[in-house]
Amino acid sequence: MENIYLDFERPIEELENKIIELTNEGKTGLDVSNQIKKLEEQANILRNKIFSHLTPWQVTQLARHPQRPGTTDYIANIFTNFIELHGDRRYADDPAIIAGIASLDEQTVFIIGHQKGKDTKTNLRYNFGMPHPEGYRKAGRVMKLAEKFKKPLLTFIDTPGAYPGIGAEERGQGDAIAQNLFTMSQLKTQIIVTIIGEGGSGGALAIGVGDKILMLENAVYSVISPEGCAAILWEDKKKVDSAAATLRLTAKNLLELEVIDEIIPEPVGGAHRNIDEICRTLKKGLSKSLSELQKHNSSTIVLKRYKKFRKMGQFIEKNIDNEEKI
Amino acid sequence: MAWFRKPKYTTIPVTQRKSEIAEGLWVKCKDCGEMIYKKDWEDNLKVCPECNYHFRLSLQERITTVLDNDSLQEDDTDISPTDFLDFTDSKSYKERLKIAQDKTELNDAVITGTGTIDGHKIVLGILDFNFMGGSMGSVVGEKLTRAIEKAISAKLPLIIISSSGGARMQEGIMSLMQMAKTASAIARLDTSDTLFISVLTDPTTGGVTASFASLGDIIISETKALIGFAGPRVIEQTINQQLPKGFQRAEFMLEHGLIDMVVSRKELKNTLAQLLDLLD
Ligand SMILES: [Zn+2]
Repeated sequence: MENIYLDFERPIEELENKIIELTNEGKTGLDVSNQIKKLEEQANILRNKIFSHLTPWQVTQLARHPQRPGTTDYIANIFTNFIELHGDRRYADDPAIIAGIASLDEQTVFIIGHQKGKDTKTNLRYNFGMPHPEGYRKAGRVMKLAEKFKKPLLTFIDTPGAYPGIGAEERGQGDAIAQNLFTMSQLKTQIIVTIIGEGGSGGALAIGVGDKILMLENAVYSVISPEGCAAILWEDKKKVDSAAATLRLTAKNLLELEVIDEIIPEPVGGAHRNIDEICRTLKKGLSKSLSELQKHNSSTIVLKRYKKFRKMGQFIEKNIDNEEKI
Repeated sequence: MAWFRKPKYTTIPVTQRKSEIAEGLWVKCKDCGEMIYKKDWEDNLKVCPECNYHFRLSLQERITTVLDNDSLQEDDTDISPTDFLDFTDSKSYKERLKIAQDKTELNDAVITGTGTIDGHKIVLGILDFNFMGGSMGSVVGEKLTRAIEKAISAKLPLIIISSSGGARMQEGIMSLMQMAKTASAIARLDTSDTLFISVLTDPTTGGVTASFASLGDIIISETKALIGFAGPRVIEQTINQQLPKGFQRAEFMLEHGLIDMVVSRKELKNTLAQLLDLLD
C-alpha cells in the first residue's frame, strides 16, 4: 500500500519519493546504490528530527491517520483463534464496536474495541468508529461474559466519540455509556485498556475503565476534540493547534497526569509505518501487564481499580490532609 | 405582540406595562413568549402558568423547593477548584472560576450534604448550572463521590439533582475521569443496597448524563427539561437537519423508556417524600 503523508511529513515524502525514483533507475542498470544509501541516511535523520518534535496537533493527526492500524489489525496480528460475537440482544449489531473471544498465546481472553474504516466504504460501514448505544450494550454484554468465564478483558480504544444522532439519543446513548462505566468498575476480572488511536471523550471511556491503561505513543485521549474545543472555547475553529496543546491529550501528558500507566512506543513515523513492529511491541506490553495483574485475586483487583479512579482529580482542600479514606 | 393576546393574569395599561417591563416587574416565558407578572411567576416556583415551562432555579431556590426548611447541613465546603493545567483559551480558567465564584458565591458547581425531606434524612447533591454551566470537574466529581460514600457508610438514601452541560473542558482529561469516578462510586453504592434517586433538571447533558445521573434506581425528570447525551446543536450539525419538536425533552425521554417519570416542580418534593416513605 502506498504511504499517505500528512502535511508536516512533506519533506520526508520528497526524499522517500526520490529514493523510489532512484531505485527504479537502478533497475535499468545504472549504479545508484551510493546515492540511495546517502538519501536513506538523510531520510532517517529527517524522520527522527520531525518525529521527535511533534506538536500535540500533529500527534492528533497521526492518531487519526487513515492507514493507522485499528482493532482488527491488532486482533489479526497479536491473537489467534478469534471468534467474533455480535449484537446487543436488544436492538442491533453495531459494527463500530468489535467484540469477541481469542487466544493470547495460551490464554483465552475477551476483546472489545472500536473499529474505524480505512476508506470511504469501510468508514461508512463502521460509522467512522462512532458507536450507537447498541455498540456499548454489546460491549457490556461481552464484559459480563469475561467475568462469568473468569477470563481477562482487553479493550482497544479508537473513536472520535459516541455518535451524536437522533436514534442514538432515542435509544439512550447516555445510559449505554453510564452502564458500561458501572459494569467495568465492578467487573471481577482483569481489564487492560489500550488507547490505540483516538480516545474521544465519553465514547472512549465507555470501554476505558480498567486496571492497566496502556497508550500508544502517538495516540490521543481527550474530553473533547481539538476542533470542538477550539470552536466552543476559542470561538475559532482554526485554533486547533492551541486547543490540542492546552487539552494535554498526548500519551506523555497523560502519563504525567497519571491517567494512563504505560506508553507503548511506536516505530518512527507512526504505527502505520511498521505494523509488524507495533504489534510485537503491543503484544509484549499486554502480556507483561496481564501477568502482573494475574498475581491478584479478583476482589483485590476490583478494590484497586476503585482506588485508581477514586484518586483522579486535582483540587485544593483547606485544613484537611487529602488522604484517601477508602 | 404575543403577550397582548391572552391577558389572563394581572392586566395593566400598556404604557404602564412598558415601563414596568423595564423595571423588571414582568418576565417573558422562554418557551411560549407569554408575559408573566414576576410576582405570580415567583409564587409559581418560576413555572410559566401558561405553558408549564420550568425556568431554571438558582441553587438556593432549588434547596428551598426540595428540602425541609433549614435542614441542609453542607459537607466539604472547603474544597475548591484549581487550574492545574494552566488552561487558557479566550479567557483563563482562573478568570472563569473567579467570575463564576463571584456570581454564585460558590466554590464550584455543586453543593453536597445532608438534609431532610418530610422528615426523611437523606444525603444530597445539587449541581448548579449557573456555575460554568454546572460542568463536572475535579471538585464536582470529588464532592459527589464523597457524598455517595457517605450515603453508603451512613446507610442513607442518596438524591442527586443534576443540571449540567457535561464535563468541564478546562480540566481536560481529568474532567472525563470524573465520569468513571462517580459511576464507580454509584456501582459501589449499588452493592450496598442503598437507594439512589437521580433527579434531572434543565439541562442535563454530556458527561453527567453519561455517568452517575443515568444510574439512579429511580430517575425523575422535571417537566420539559432538556435531557440528552449529545447537545442538540452538535446533533443538528452532524446529521445536517433540524431536530423534531420536543426532541430530548423530559417527555421524550419518558416516551423512549429512559426515565421513570416526569414530575412538575410543585410535585417534586411530594414525589420524593412518597418514594422515601415507600423505600427508606
Ligand atoms: Zn410559557
